Amino acid sequence: MTALAVSPSRRAVLSSGLAGGVLLAFRLPAFAVNEPEQPPDSTAGKFAPNAFIRIDGSGKTIFVMPQVEMGQGVYTALPMILAEELDADWNSVVFEHAPANEKLYANPVLTVQATGNSNSVRAFWKPLRQAGAAARAMLIGAAAKEWNVDPASCTAADGKVIHSASGRTLPYAALVAAAAQIPPPKDPPLKDPKQFKIIGKPVKRLDTPAKAQGKAVYGIDAMLPGMKFATLAACPHFGGKLAHCNDSGAKKIPGVRQVVVLDDLVAVVGDHMWAAKKGLDALKLMWDPGPYGHVDSALIWKEIAKASERTGLVAKKIGDADKALAEGEKFERHYQMPFLAHATMEPINCTVHLTNDSCEIWLGTQIMARVQSTAAATAGLPLEKVIVHNHLLGGGFGRRLEPDMVVKAVRIAKHVDGPLKVVWTREEDIQHDLYRPVYYDRLTATLKDGRIDGWLDRVTGPSIVARWLPPAFTGNHNIDFD
Amino acid sequence: MPIELRINGETKSVDVPADMLLLWVLRDVLGLTGTKFGCGMALCGACTVHIDGNPVRSCLLPVSAIGNRAVTTIEAIGATPEGARVQKAWLDLEVIQCGYCQPGQIMSAAALLKSTPHPDDADIDAAMAGNICRCGTYVRIRAAIKHAALGSAKEATL
Repeated sequence: MTALAVSPSRRAVLSSGLAGGVLLAFRLPAFAVNEPEQPPDSTAGKFAPNAFIRIDGSGKTIFVMPQVEMGQGVYTALPMILAEELDADWNSVVFEHAPANEKLYANPVLTVQATGNSNSVRAFWKPLRQAGAAARAMLIGAAAKEWNVDPASCTAADGKVIHSASGRTLPYAALVAAAAQIPPPKDPPLKDPKQFKIIGKPVKRLDTPAKAQGKAVYGIDAMLPGMKFATLAACPHFGGKLAHCNDSGAKKIPGVRQVVVLDDLVAVVGDHMWAAKKGLDALKLMWDPGPYGHVDSALIWKEIAKASERTGLVAKKIGDADKALAEGEKFERHYQMPFLAHATMEPINCTVHLTNDSCEIWLGTQIMARVQSTAAATAGLPLEKVIVHNHLLGGGFGRRLEPDMVVKAVRIAKHVDGPLKVVWTREEDIQHDLYRPVYYDRLTATLKDGRIDGWLDRVTGPSIVARWLPPAFTGNHNIDFD
Repeated sequence: MPIELRINGETKSVDVPADMLLLWVLRDVLGLTGTKFGCGMALCGACTVHIDGNPVRSCLLPVSAIGNRAVTTIEAIGATPEGARVQKAWLDLEVIQCGYCQPGQIMSAAALLKSTPHPDDADIDAAMAGNICRCGTYVRIRAAIKHAALGSAKEATL
């Protein structure tokens, strides 16, 4: 086993303002810590021409990922785009999670710092090519200046600037300081796709070696000095409240430190998840179902079937459908798509360290900036007092496009001293998923001479986009889309 | 009372309740976070470790039941011939997507190859049925197990 480095949290280092040598004065944790010492997106001592590229003096090329990795391979696809235009040495490429920063890392298609809709490569194709090309031009400019030659007489390949006429080369690592002095070009020329050396070629994924060795760090793996562990039970009825909590049994469980009772949830805090889980099982809880206690699947299906009979907005109309549907042999079938939990392999979790004037969050999320603003609002702190550390995601599927786990974790953390890892049990994860909505499809078709002549598809269901990205919904004339 | 465990070739002393499940000792006490929590009911296989070389769901195994038997986790499985071959095959065939279930998949596959060096589809299905992958990498997992077994055959003929 490799010994894991023990280090204080970034907050401790920042707030102390002390140099590394004094760090031994901090209390060492009882367990290993697996969070990187350096904050994400650090530019110290590096060539950092834009939000996405960092090259350090050793030649390591760090790409800051504006989209998150949840299995779809984006931590390889986006580096390929950057490395191509940068002419980076592919073997020197590493990735880093982006910090929360809507301005620098918003998805151009979604307009927010989010990963979803299967659009990462499409959305970032041009911006990343431009970022790579601009950085390449600056590195070439720095080398040309050093050699006192025309930049146009230089080329670049595999992390080096080349002056073919004189046979000279300089590695990017040697140009880190000088390239930072070159003004970034406004409209750097992009490669002709025929010149591509990386894009379109098979490469090995950058994220998988660590995953095969058990070294990859997901949000649920965040480990901090002095951390406590919590698990929770939220009211099983939407809008319901906790009526009664008897925690006397839970408090007797070895390792249980605290029971946090809020108006709609209870959390048990312990030395480890085992104590927290046992404590949760030992609670005696009574819930007040609240105003929606009577809502069940039967009622929802009844209501949605009724709603589907009404006239809706027309998303698309081709030809004289009314006429075609009025004639010939008619078929009508109804299809029900049930509520579905996303069931990410990594159960929902969120680690929080909340103090009077700061909030630090560790998790894997598809919505970095929204997690930051949600945590700030929940904690009652200004945005800049909230730091979010993103991680690899053990599955997203849209579940991690929601910040509900952050709200719950911060609410619990308000009552707990020190860093707190809140991990949902699988049962809680399934029961309190923000489900994929129900849909009721009413399909009608008419036949003429044995062929489909008229076709009507009426889709009834709640809109995710209307809630999640209202401008996109209204911009589409209030017609839902995926 | 402290409990002594043999984990990845090292003896670890942990002061935890005797009924505490191995998964949480590994993750929350020892910081060996490569072993994953998925369900807590031995339904998904993400928490699979080896006890004396046999695959076991650590989420249901009390530490007091382990005794002197050797615990091996994903962090050390690469030191065994089967583990190393499986990890290499997983990367050669790019099995992994989100990767969260893969420590468990790799532990189950390594145990399979140890007991059955040349498994057929039925052997693979039987050994891997308890490991769930939400990304759906099953087809590549099966191919990679065969690839790893082939690696073993090649070594044998050398």
